[in-house]
Amino acid sequence: MMDSLPILLAVFVVALGVGVVLIRRIPTLLHTPLMSMTNAISGITLVGALFAARQASPDLAGLLGLAAVALATVNVVGGYAVTDRMMKMFRSPGRTGAGKETRDG
Amino acid sequence: MDNVILAPWGRHVGFGVAILLFVVGLLLQRQVRTARNGNGLSALGMLLAVLLGLADLGSFQPAFILAGMAVGAALGLVAAARVQMTAMPQMVALLNGLGGGASMLVALSYLHEQTAGGVAAHRTMAAILGMEGAVTTVLSVGIGAVTLAGSSVAVLKLQSWIPGRPILLPRRHAMHGLVAAVALALAGLAAFVPAGPGGPIAGTWAFTGAALLLGTLLVLPIGGADMPVVISLLNSYSGLAAAMTGFVLKNPLLIVVGSLVGASGIVLTRIMSRAMNRSLANVLLGGVGGPQTSSGRIPTSAPSLDIVPDAAIDPAPVAATQPADPVSGVAAAVKRLREAARVIVVPGYGMALARAQFDVVRLTRFLERQGKDVRFAVHPVAGRMPGHMNVLLAEADVDYEKLMELEEVNREFPSTDVVLVVGACDVVNPAANDATRNTPLSGMPILEAGRASSVVVCNLDAKPGYSGVENPLYRDPKTLLLLGDARRTIQGVRRELGDSEGLDAQVAVLDAPTDVASLHAGMGG
Repeated sequence: MMDSLPILLAVFVVALGVGVVLIRRIPTLLHTPLMSMTNAISGITLVGALFAARQASPDLAGLLGLAAVALATVNVVGGYAVTDRMMKMFRSPGRTGAGKETRDG
Repeated sequence: MDNVILAPWGRHVGFGVAILLFVVGLLLQRQVRTARNGNGLSALGMLLAVLLGLADLGSFQPAFILAGMAVGAALGLVAAARVQMTAMPQMVALLNGLGGGASMLVALSYLHEQTAGGVAAHRTMAAILGMEGAVTTVLSVGIGAVTLAGSSVAVLKLQSWIPGRPILLPRRHAMHGLVAAVALALAGLAAFVPAGPGGPIAGTWAFTGAALLLGTLLVLPIGGADMPVVISLLNSYSGLAAAMTGFVLKNPLLIVVGSLVGASGIVLTRIMSRAMNRSLANVLLGGVGGPQTSSGRIPTSAPSLDIVPDAAIDPAPVAATQPADPVSGVAAAVKRLREAARVIVVPGYGMALARAQFDVVRLTRFLERQGKDVRFAVHPVAGRMPGHMNVLLAEADVDYEKLMELEEVNREFPSTDVVLVVGACDVVNPAANDATRNTPLSGMPILEAGRASSVVVCNLDAKPGYSGVENPLYRDPKTLLLLGDARRTIQGVRRELGDSEGLDAQVAVLDAPTDVASLHAGMGG
């Protein structure tokens, strides 16, 4: 039932709309980490890549799957890691209590 | 897909929880305080999605999956740890490309798998995969390939491995149209026409090649300063490619999550186009050659936004205007800063090219210690990608609450004593608000620095910015131009103010021989 094309198309359109509403409220301040975070999220294609690589057969289908797993994992791991690294840099001494002069020179 | 491990309801609940984690992760991006946790929740959602994906497989051979994940995770971690903040646009462009590439490979692999065991060459893709399967496979491969190739060109440009200026091939619009038509024809042949040359597999690969060529050609004519729009658009494509792969595999999780990314890229693309005062069509078709060429749009001469990095670090050209003697210019700037109570810094990408941000931040700290109110005004297109300048300043340890956005800060300029412009031009160009003139900037939202009591501009030169429009602010009597390498200029100002922390030894020796002993040598660029 869930895999019929009309339902999947409806899901697609609704998700696009929800996405637009979600993203519009995010401040410019965070747009760069947002983009690297969505890089990681687009790595969801890893789930499809797992399917493609599941038989580990050394034919073209399997090798394409292997490459897809590797690329998608770079996105997932690299995307979340670099986003975390950036977000650690955003700080407000007044709020977090971290010293302003802790990292100089 | 047969489900061996999870009951169907378990799978649906799992999908729901994973989607919820992704959505809440994005919701938490509305505030800086919660953003990091949001990223963590999103990663948790991904972990759940992958586990559900593995459960979906039932029995599987783990060799390829483990190998691919190990290689990918290692590369991802190294890249994430090493990338410089100035190089974030390249990093994001690269990840856009890999995401699109992965979706393309998944769809191609699926096609190969379905035709394995010698499906007759005369059958069409539609006969093998069904009508829906054929269309979605073509879309997944096509969007993925355009994203992969376009992002690769964007990375090369941003990294300056190929020239960042628009690369214009003769008759490019006709050529783009032709390649797109050929790609479409190849896709149609593979999908629907029996006994196409080589059967559906060869046809699909030919289509893949055409789509890769199209992605390359589409990004080549786009100049470096337009990259924020292109990166945002490719970000959107990478999500849409994942969603299309979801259609191929009939997996609603991929469709929903891919759509979220697609939507994000669409929103960011619109924000960037608006902030640059250009329509998306103008960026994609324009490069140079849009209607604005006639008004003198010469991207190669752009000092503040579109410049070869080396040029910014070259020895400064002699100041052509205003203070003929740079030293007295610095002294005048220092006098203004000493007398000011409220200061706003307007940073542009030129500041990052001159690696001046750390000195600018030290200067602002020094001024703050003297009881002055100092803030930063960040224009949406200051940098090479959305929000780039904010990250560069956060890296230099600026309190994010001091970073002000356009609308907010424009209310503050009239009550500001000194605006310090560092490496920015177009974003403070009042010609944008001049209703009597029609320039490429007309109507572009700008930082109204000219409404402050006085303005100090630390730019490499007084040439127009990327837009090619002369900046009347430079001729304003209340503006003081300090031309030359921004980092040296700011260091000069700091020394004159009596702030010696972390000054370059070289500069110090040249200009302040009495003070050498107290200076720290060098500073990380």
